[in-house]
Amino acid sequence: MLLPFFYMLREGGMKTSITEWLALLEAMKRGLAGQSVDDFYYLARTTLVKDESELDRFDRIFGVYFKGIEDSLSDLFQDIPDEWLRAQAELLLTEEERAQIEAMGGFEELMRALQERLEEQDDRHEGGNKWIGTAGTSPFGAHGFNPEGVRIGQQGSRNRSAVKVWDKREYRNLDDSLELGTRNIKVALRRLRKFAREGAADQLDLDDTIDKTARNAGLLDIRMVPERHNAIKVLLCLDVGGSMDDHVRVCEELFSAARSEFKHLEYFYFHNFIYESMWKDNRRRHSEKTPTLDIAHKYGADYKLIFVGDATMSPYEIVYAGGSVEHWNEEPGAVWIKRLLNTYPKAVWLNPEPRERWDYTPSTKLIRELMGDRMYPLTIAGLDDAIRDLH
Amino acid sequence: MADNKFTGTSSYIATDDLTMAVNAAVTLERPILVKGEPGTGKTQLAIEVASSLGKPLHEWHIKSTTKAQQGLYEYDAVARLRDSQLGDDRVHDIANYIVRGKIWEAFESDEQPVLLIDEIDKADIEFPNDLLRELDRMEFYVYETQQLVTAKHRPIIVITSNNEKELPDAFLRRCFFHYIKFPDKDTMSDIVNVHFPNLKKELLAEALNAFYKVRDVRGLKKKPSTSELLDWIKLLLAEDIPAEALRSDDKRSAIPPLYGALLKNEQDVHLFEQLVFLDRRTNPQ
Repeated sequence: MLLPFFYMLREGGMKTSITEWLALLEAMKRGLAGQSVDDFYYLARTTLVKDESELDRFDRIFGVYFKGIEDSLSDLFQDIPDEWLRAQAELLLTEEERAQIEAMGGFEELMRALQERLEEQDDRHEGGNKWIGTAGTSPFGAHGFNPEGVRIGQQGSRNRSAVKVWDKREYRNLDDSLELGTRNIKVALRRLRKFAREGAADQLDLDDTIDKTARNAGLLDIRMVPERHNAIKVLLCLDVGGSMDDHVRVCEELFSAARSEFKHLEYFYFHNFIYESMWKDNRRRHSEKTPTLDIAHKYGADYKLIFVGDATMSPYEIVYAGGSVEHWNEEPGAVWIKRLLNTYPKAVWLNPEPRERWDYTPSTKLIRELMGDRMYPLTIAGLDDAIRDLH
Repeated sequence: MADNKFTGTSSYIATDDLTMAVNAAVTLERPILVKGEPGTGKTQLAIEVASSLGKPLHEWHIKSTTKAQQGLYEYDAVARLRDSQLGDDRVHDIANYIVRGKIWEAFESDEQPVLLIDEIDKADIEFPNDLLRELDRMEFYVYETQQLVTAKHRPIIVITSNNEKELPDAFLRRCFFHYIKFPDKDTMSDIVNVHFPNLKKELLAEALNAFYKVRDVRGLKKKPSTSELLDWIKLLLAEDIPAEALRSDDKRSAIPPLYGALLKNEQDVHLFEQLVFLDRRTNPQ
């Protein structure tokens, strides 16, 4: 009887499985839910929700289903849902209407009005001439006609160089492919573990004990060894700011996963490309810099070097002195990365941009050449390959 | 089953959703996973469930080096080797050297026990995966003695996590989940009443006000939680501080007394003092 609710949860993006659903039904059969909706709500929540980050989503779906409000799944997400803006019809306007639209104010006016309406509007809209939606004549929304129109959530041709794309769903790409959770990253990073024995001897070494006991004419001679610890050392350099803002979340996940996986993990930040210095604290990036040479001298060659960056910049920033967007660099970035690569033979570059796009950006090609083709996409498969390379 | 319901105890206030989660887990005999801010009584829950239902409690505290196998049993090879040297008769039976773990103990219990697996996220990332079958079927196999250990009564398993590591989906599917959210003012005054029954009403009201104000300060590294509040009130009582001293509209003592019990982090204390200083400068008396 509650099957629609189950499918609604799944549509709403929850990963509720059949096992959990059956558990809920069984609990209801045992009379746990009692007679009140409140009890049912608590019961459903404890059986179906598995993480506190999903609680809010569950609450909203539950509210929608049990208040019988139809067609309001749209407010499940604070951002504008895709299907809301999906192109449903193409529309040709009359001359008269075009003139009307052109009569609207300038660009600034348009942006301000858009912001206002995004705040006011709360459900899907199609056609009409005021609200944001698709195929209408309002200046906002995709696939409509307005010479000063602002593009929202339009399929295809999303171009990074566009002056303004009002797309509130900044992390849509990541959301769709967010198989790359922290746990997955951790599991991938685990392959990088290399165990070594150091510290206090507190484990029985069975082989050695048998051997020594035999040599000792059968008198027990116990041999202990230290426990194995992960001895891998990692130097992580993260690109921050600018074009990387889109990827901040993936990088944060990588970073939080990496942090707890290794005993020796040093991290530094850079902007766009590596020059004569990097920094550790983003808030004090201008006052507390660490010279790149010091880094190369301080951390030994047994560190594995991992760069994370989208490698999207002007090629000048790599090959020319003074090419940096932030400061005057005496030597080109290419020289600095070569120095680092000479110090650290084991190095990879992880790129959060999808592999298909790499060929379209000259700087990405350039960096790939500099890295000796050791550039991998920041996905589970890419991470796997990268780690294999580091070994 | 009617008398077998958990409703909170004289020393533990359980909200409706928490009792429902516990009762569902007890009825369906599934483990319950409890998360929440540190200091909201996750570990305490198992102790209270055991005492409220009158069942024995087995506690298994997880450390970063804990292996899943240790919860089942360990084979003490060294003791056996030594005994063989000394010619002890025990050496002929390998079962003498099997040391039982917490899960085995709980499985052997004559009445249904409560098993607390505390801070499961501290262990290695594969730890929960190694316990899937044990939690599901409530049985495991001892290879040394070719013996299958099955639970006499499926224990009520309470698992706590501090979110240091994510738990695998397969594991989560086998558990009920409850997130202990931070109590609102009403629940909180109930909780304080349970712990300090003779506390004066005004002092409680003022203490709670000050406490929630501190919690509202943005950018604190570690927000004070229930256990910190209880400690703080204990201190206030010990120092015999009057309710008026807590009233924050008195600018000169805008910092609550003994705030060291609430803020556990140097940077937080520093931040807090700066905010109070700023506040005094912008609203001089």
